[in-house]
Amino acid sequence: MPLLENGRIAEDRWVEAVDGAPLPDGAVIVPFARLEEGLARTGTAPLGVAIEPDMAVEQLRVALPRLGLVAVTFGSFRDGRAFTQARALREHLSFDGEIRAMGKPLPDQYEFMLRCGITTVKTERPEDVTVWQQAHEMFSVAYQPSTLHERPQGLGLRRFLS
Amino acid sequence: MSTNTATLPVGRYAYDQVDRTFLSQRVAQFRAQVNRRIAGDLSEDEFKPLRLMNGLYLQLHAYMLRVAIPYGMLGSDQMRELAHIARTYDRDYGHFTTRQNMQFNWIRLEDTPDILQRLADVDMHAIQTSGNCIRNVTCDEFAGAAADELLDPRIHAEILRQWSTLHPEFSFLPRKFKIAISGSPQDRVAARFHDIGLVARPGAQGRPVFDVFVGGGLGRTPVIGVLLRDNLPEEDLVAYLEAIVRVYNAYGRRDNMYKARIKILVQALGVETFREKVDAEFALMNRADYRLDPAIVDGIRARFGIPALDAPADAADTLAAARRTDARFDRWVRTNTHPHRHEGFISVVISVKPDGGIPGDVTADQMDLIADLADGWSFGEIRVTHMQNVVLGHVRKDRLHELWQKLVAAGLGTPNIGLIGDIIACPGLDYCSLANARSIPIAQKLSARFADPELQENIGKLHINISGCINACGHHHAGHIGILGVDKRGEEFFQLTLGGSASNDVAIGQIIGPALPEDETVDAIARLVDAYLVLRNEGEEFIDTYRRLGAASFKDAVYAPA
Repeated sequence: MPLLENGRIAEDRWVEAVDGAPLPDGAVIVPFARLEEGLARTGTAPLGVAIEPDMAVEQLRVALPRLGLVAVTFGSFRDGRAFTQARALREHLSFDGEIRAMGKPLPDQYEFMLRCGITTVKTERPEDVTVWQQAHEMFSVAYQPSTLHERPQGLGLRRFLS
Repeated sequence: MSTNTATLPVGRYAYDQVDRTFLSQRVAQFRAQVNRRIAGDLSEDEFKPLRLMNGLYLQLHAYMLRVAIPYGMLGSDQMRELAHIARTYDRDYGHFTTRQNMQFNWIRLEDTPDILQRLADVDMHAIQTSGNCIRNVTCDEFAGAAADELLDPRIHAEILRQWSTLHPEFSFLPRKFKIAISGSPQDRVAARFHDIGLVARPGAQGRPVFDVFVGGGLGRTPVIGVLLRDNLPEEDLVAYLEAIVRVYNAYGRRDNMYKARIKILVQALGVETFREKVDAEFALMNRADYRLDPAIVDGIRARFGIPALDAPADAADTLAAARRTDARFDRWVRTNTHPHRHEGFISVVISVKPDGGIPGDVTADQMDLIADLADGWSFGEIRVTHMQNVVLGHVRKDRLHELWQKLVAAGLGTPNIGLIGDIIACPGLDYCSLANARSIPIAQKLSARFADPELQENIGKLHINISGCINACGHHHAGHIGILGVDKRGEEFFQLTLGGSASNDVAIGQIIGPALPEDETVDAIARLVDAYLVLRNEGEEFIDTYRRLGAASFKDAVYAPA
């Protein structure tokens, strides 16, 4: 599926680093193991890092001001750790760059991702983008605070989603 | 007749148009998911967590739909809708669960979206009654009525229900997550057998404070929850729970589903390390974002209907007179009622465990009758208990005798609450694909064996819990007598545990010895009970005698040659 941003197909300006190959010029996403190598590049090309679900995002604190993207991974749609990582990046580390979901999340999780601070999705799944767009438009309210600081609806903790 | 002068439903949160729109969107979402499954766009593996999040299990013979009854509170209109669903889509009955929900056992997948729409029409749903998410929040069945209550826990139960509904971060946890909340010093919610147990009381500033227990649970590894935080201010309730569940989501095991509950994480880290992690998370949070403002709480509280508790001054005298003239009624009042905070009222437990019956099963006709009785006697309000019975919370004392006569006529007057006939049993191998043994026939045989109400009352308080496998849905570890079904070379055997309790005196039952064949189990329990009747001191309940003497005194009775 192409890159999805806010329910729409968007152009992907990032490339992923290839194992064993030198880092290319331009915007590149490196695995966490190659973060130092990425930070050591000269020039102003944007740098992103892809992290595994078991990593504490606190480990990115020092590098974060120099990162334009953090990719979180849904190894399986059942593994919800990436939600917590994204939320901690936004809330605890005040990261305001792109948070990208990779791996195999379901379109039914799309709204959850957005509310946890994930901004783009690049999945290995085959679905038509419309299924993701529909998932984004499914609900008009939510019942708890989120990283998006949605407008309170007035009763309880309810928020307007649109 | 008791009349409800309020326009809001008594005892539960009244939905508004925003909530109703949300539910209809949820039904539309599930309908689309079912269509994607039928079209092959979703594999069964992918569809499974989505259907589970709407309470739909695939059991041995059919789909089972578990309908949420938030904190056990149900209106008569909702009960009638459940009766309609039982008649139309099931086999004329439903089953109350130990999490205060209702299960339908014979559901067709293609009917499910329509059933969910019918539920939504009466402000009900099946959201998060299954799956690795925060489940239905359970609560004291005498909430808002009990004489010993300090604070009505339903308001905060509703706040937590809403907060956990489609929570963006916590819908794909390592494993299921169960929260219970009590507002009485007398624990009727098994607070320390929950992932999070909350005990609320009024705080110094007039707002509630909470003791937070964490890491309790039954299942394969029974653990008593530990006190993580005391006197948590109300305004931090949501923030602190976010912190706990966030730590669990990040660190809970995902490699082995049997070691994935929060209790295993708390044990692995140790409570001090776990608390440090929660406190660190809590300290990092922007608490203003998560603050539970008193105005928010009061706004939710205002959506609850309040019963107008008016009773004649001589209501208690009228009841006392009826008890003097009717011994059967008097016995039932002793066993099946609970003191109300208002002197003219009383809470009634309707046993849905008749002699020889199936614990928790209720027919469509009985559901309709209970709805009618709730309208006539208790402001249209019904509570489902974690013991799989039904409570009418606010019954006028002078009208109790009349209510009892109606219950007896309908076969709902069994005087066995808290007694040996009030058995908790899981569905077992009759329905469940996980079970090793049939729980229901053992429950029925025990219930029939001890049917005599005089014998039951003489035996006194005694909780029997039956689970058909080690997943412990019948909470056998928490039973005074626990019965666990095991498979031995294709034969059903039953292992007995003694001394468990889910109340203030919380304890995990201990295995007494080798498992018994199915046909010897009921006799062995009868001998065990006989031994207790001989051994007990004046005024002792079974659990007291067991604790005084230990298992050895009962072992001979259980394993005596037939």
